[in-house]
Amino acid sequence: MTDSQTDTVVQLSGVSKVFEGRGQKAARVEALSGIDLSVRRGEFISLIGPSGCGKSTLLRIVGDLIGVSDGTVMVNGKLAREARLAREYGMVFQAPVLFDWRTVQRNVELPLEIIGRPKQEREARAREMLALVELGDFAGHHPWQLSGGMQQRAAIARALALDPAILLMDEPFGALDEMTRERMNLELLRIWERTATTVIFVTHSIPEAVFLSTRVVVMSARPGRITKIVPIDLPRHRDVETREMEHYFELITEVRESLRGSEGEAVDPRRVAAEGLSA
Amino acid sequence: MSTRRRLRPALGFLLIVAILLVGWEAAKLLAGDPWRFPDYGFYWDPPLRWKPVNDLNLPHLWTIFGAFWELDAKGETYLSSLIGAAFFTARESALGFALGTGVGLGLAIVLIHVKVLERGLVPLLVASQTVPIIAIAPVVVVGLRAGWFGVAIVATYLTFFPVTIAAIRGMRSADPRAFELMRSYAAGRRTVLRKLRLPASPPYLFTAFKIAATASVVGAIVGEFPAGIRDGLGGALLQAMQYYSFSPQDLWAAIAACAALGIVAFLLVVTAERIALRGYRPTEDGARA
Ligand SMILES: Nc1ncnc2c1ncn2[C@@H]1O[C@H](COP(=O)(O)OP(=O)(O)O)[C@@H](O)[C@H]1O
Ligand SMILES: [Mg+2]
Repeated sequence: MTDSQTDTVVQLSGVSKVFEGRGQKAARVEALSGIDLSVRRGEFISLIGPSGCGKSTLLRIVGDLIGVSDGTVMVNGKLAREARLAREYGMVFQAPVLFDWRTVQRNVELPLEIIGRPKQEREARAREMLALVELGDFAGHHPWQLSGGMQQRAAIARALALDPAILLMDEPFGALDEMTRERMNLELLRIWERTATTVIFVTHSIPEAVFLSTRVVVMSARPGRITKIVPIDLPRHRDVETREMEHYFELITEVRESLRGSEGEAVDPRRVAAEGLSA
Repeated sequence: MSTRRRLRPALGFLLIVAILLVGWEAAKLLAGDPWRFPDYGFYWDPPLRWKPVNDLNLPHLWTIFGAFWELDAKGETYLSSLIGAAFFTARESALGFALGTGVGLGLAIVLIHVKVLERGLVPLLVASQTVPIIAIAPVVVVGLRAGWFGVAIVATYLTFFPVTIAAIRGMRSADPRAFELMRSYAAGRRTVLRKLRLPASPPYLFTAFKIAATASVVGAIVGEFPAGIRDGLGGALLQAMQYYSFSPQDLWAAIAACAALGIVAFLLVVTAERIALRGYRPTEDGARA
């Protein structure tokens, strides 16, 4: 029991989040309700669900970018806030959010600069991370001189620079074309295998979720809830062939069906009516 | 950047100046005073008469140009005394620009971090800018009794406001997620300021610097009036105004000198911008925001 407890990286218990509407027109939004989830070290968790079901909100709560309305979030046995102050997170957003005025190398150095690492160590570490995402030749370029996929790889290198306990990724490949996306998926898995980080990954692509994850968390909207957790029992090491396995397609179907269920629930007219009354 | 692309704006500028000058003389040809060149036996009586373009209000270009070469009591050409005056005024406006930038930036940094102040102080700053500079200048210059330094303060007064507004805008211009990123690194306010807010500002700041550069020249010139300083362009303008009725070309020559100083100040900022924004994302057609 002790063993499995220390192995838990993220523990969400009874988490809910309500956005209080500001002004008269902005309605009160119940973004998340009754979320329980525990993530073990080294897992790759995908959050999937209809748009607006609170995936980003959940990710931002884990990363202590916003607070909860109720419940607790423990990360590595600490409160999320303490984990953030201990710099245990790496964040990757849908847009790369690189700093225009810095070269790719210096963008990756940014977190190391902030925690006051000496210049030499910074440079070496950033070079190492850029090599990992295969951007070594572009260290001296500015972000706006790179393609979207390359920018996103630079953002991943930056997120890994502090060797975070958890990598939080919010639709990181959502803006990329299908082919780049598939390549990035493979690269991300390779990085994940090598760094042994825990990843929480938001996506709206079912195949992507199944291909990458050890577990897929299916969510429903209004209020955001976890409707099902699908364990992905594919071999841990995945490659292009994984995408042709029969079991891969079975899992995709399973996730799709649980999603359909959750979406059906989200548009259930009785539910909407009831919510309208309570709001 | 190729030499051709660098030269094109300069050519455009010269073309526009040429068109203005031709228009100037064309107006005089059409409605000015009679043209008399007895040396060349040339005489022209314009078909119309329009007061604004007569020889007193709008002297011939060559008359103005000639004014540059007139000698004063000390045997110095008017051109060289105007150049000396321009350097004197440039010093005042450069100091005013530097102070204005410092004050403007400092103010913006304070306002960004103390929201209450922003709401209370910005309307006051706006009000400060609606008071005519002519009214402020004597208060500052005479009140301070600081000579050319007082004049620089007047230039500061005209300079800081655009810098403040642009800096506030620039320091908030970064992607909200960039601030979240900084938060995820547990970066403090000062780190966010140093690593994100300030470096995100230059594209906005330089727009303000262009306004501030010319405003600082205006501030310095106007500040010289009540200061009784006669060494600068303001002094030159005052003097030329006194002799306007019989030598209007002197005033036009002094105005040209003021315009030239303003253009030089502007070009300095443009050059600095080109260097400073090298690493930033180029905007439309390679120009900078
Ligand atoms: N800062 C906020 N203020 C108010 N409402 C918000 C805010 N952020 C998200 N929401 C609302 O919470 C719900 C969940 O949003 P989000 O987590 O972004 O969904 P997802 O990422 O799954 O598409 C949405 O209804 C959204 O409008
Ligand atoms: Mg989202």
